[in-house]
Amino acid sequence: MSYYLGVDIGSVSSNFVLIDEKQQLQEKLYLRTEGNPVRAIKNGYKELLEKRREKLDIKGIGATGSGRHLADIILGADVVKNEITAHAVAASWFYPEVRTIIEIGGQDSKIILLQGGVVSDFAMNTVCAAGTGSFLDQQASRLNMSIYDFGPTALKSKQAVRIAGRCGVFAESDMIHKQQMGYPIEDILMGLCEALVRNYLNNVGKGKKIEAPIIFQGGVAANAGLKKAFEKILQTPIMIPPHYDVMGAIGAAILAREYIEDQGVNTAFKGDSFIIEGQFKSSSFECKGCPNLCEVVCIKREQEILAYWGDRCQKWESSLGHKEVG
Amino acid sequence: MKITYPHMGNACIAIEAMLQKLKLEVIPPPPISKKTLEIGTKHCPEFACMPLKITMGNFIEALDLGADTILMAGGWGPCRFGYYAQVERDILADLGYKFDMVILEAPDSRVSELFRQLQALGQNVSIVEAFKALKFAWYKLQVVEELEKKLAYVHPRALDKRKAENIYDLALEKIKATQDKEEIDKLFHTCLASLDQIALRAEEPLRIGLVGEIYTVLEPMANYNLIRSLGRLNVEVDNSIYISDWLNDHLLGGLVKKSHRRQLLKCAAPYLNYFVGGHGLETVGSTVIYARQSYDGVIHLGPLTCMPEIVAQSVLKRVSSEEGIPCMTLYFDEHAGVAGIQTRLEAFTDMLKRKKARRAAIH
Repeated sequence: MSYYLGVDIGSVSSNFVLIDEKQQLQEKLYLRTEGNPVRAIKNGYKELLEKRREKLDIKGIGATGSGRHLADIILGADVVKNEITAHAVAASWFYPEVRTIIEIGGQDSKIILLQGGVVSDFAMNTVCAAGTGSFLDQQASRLNMSIYDFGPTALKSKQAVRIAGRCGVFAESDMIHKQQMGYPIEDILMGLCEALVRNYLNNVGKGKKIEAPIIFQGGVAANAGLKKAFEKILQTPIMIPPHYDVMGAIGAAILAREYIEDQGVNTAFKGDSFIIEGQFKSSSFECKGCPNLCEVVCIKREQEILAYWGDRCQKWESSLGHKEVG
Repeated sequence: MKITYPHMGNACIAIEAMLQKLKLEVIPPPPISKKTLEIGTKHCPEFACMPLKITMGNFIEALDLGADTILMAGGWGPCRFGYYAQVERDILADLGYKFDMVILEAPDSRVSELFRQLQALGQNVSIVEAFKALKFAWYKLQVVEELEKKLAYVHPRALDKRKAENIYDLALEKIKATQDKEEIDKLFHTCLASLDQIALRAEEPLRIGLVGEIYTVLEPMANYNLIRSLGRLNVEVDNSIYISDWLNDHLLGGLVKKSHRRQLLKCAAPYLNYFVGGHGLETVGSTVIYARQSYDGVIHLGPLTCMPEIVAQSVLKRVSSEEGIPCMTLYFDEHAGVAGIQTRLEAFTDMLKRKKARRAAIH
């Protein structure tokens, strides 16, 4: 069977999806990046092959997420897209009427507003990662609790306590204070959810007009406590797509399908043996060509140099030929 | 006297020309690098904006090279920049540097005051020579800005971006080095001709207006090379602020060339009718003008914690919805998160592209 592969390489998770020619999801994989995107990309692809137990006929590949360029180097992507576009494309495929997308991932959160299926405005968190997945993970492990129990426990709360959500560090000390005062854990967790929602609306949503239908996606959408907090504060029902955790990857796959079909070209996919058999290595050096002293990253497979990046003047980057991104 | 000055984009080319014509020995600060910012950050208050930190780094690097006099711009109004010269003087003195600081202030009433300030700075120069120095610097600035504009047109359309960048960079370097008018003219025309030779894409690029705080807009090291990054994404960038416009409006009383400041204020008036310091008012006015000229979008820049631009940002929301132009604000500070900036630029241009395509499909 023919597939389009979508990959979303984030700071915390690396997601893979296969969609068929009718844009139906056939397989999804949600893995932890664990600080090693190269390994995550390789292992993810391997796992995908093992799961499908067939020779995958890959028609096209789309890559997104902060590791999208790395994914492009290792897999050979046809479309390399920013996360905003990828998430918007996926959400409006499942919900053509969607007006607002709340996306909270491992280390960043975004708000995307759409009109008629096209992005009209967006924002990403700038200086603070409070309220994103990493922070929730950290709080759960501090309470010696699995992140999967976080949501269900928070939902038991009848009276959320007030926690300062202005800053992650303050939120944590406020939580500890409330714990020592003896408040029940579920009320503290629900309080934290509400604090994070307020933080999100103030820092990311910042005065933007949030209109229904609202979609909540990204790994953090698994947390039922946050969904409830959003609904309470926005006073609107919120929808969570069935594949909320891999929406970026789905969007990338859809974009790849569109591109391949519109342009009538063959995929740049590098093939199984290139991905699985080779040793990929990255190294970095300081370019001494000018006073900028850029830190240039070099990606190699065995002895072959695949890519450079990080240089402002693109002296290194363009030395291997240029590929357009957007 | 060995004089130095702060960097701001291509301003160094004109400043150096003027100082040399005033018969001064010039020690230019080394080009801004990571080290410059590191030094500046170390010695400046943490909450101050990036322009203070970078110019401070410039001064320390130049003093270490033997400079003994610093030329710095003053200013007034709610923007903190007007006070930076004084702050920098005190910090440098505390660090044990021995130097003089000359602060050029905008004249209150007459332009002749400016000539006097310059004459006083020069080594035994007459007022006529001071005038000539200024005129030559102005000429050089005009040439440089013409080339900037040419590159702004060619770069987003060029098939070979690096070639366009190289032609321009090289020409600028040569123009900077010469103080001979004929030579400058020759370099200027050669550069224009070579840029004209570059093969262009058939597709018309997106057009984005750039507004915001002047230093962040003009200094590539303060905005992580934003204009080039956009050009590489095939976006044509119109800069709302050029140094010559600013000098014309603020230092020369609008004498040298036609000012469009009145139109700017008129366009800003329905949204912001009050001087909020820095370039807040210009940001709002320029955004309105871009909207009415059917630009595809506006990118608004400022250094983190910049009060005038924060005011402008909150006003831009209304401008954006009423004038129908997408705006994105980016603040810059000392961080290496270039990937985050790139993602936002890509997302913004992608959004504009898709919007444009949909408009085209409807009509």
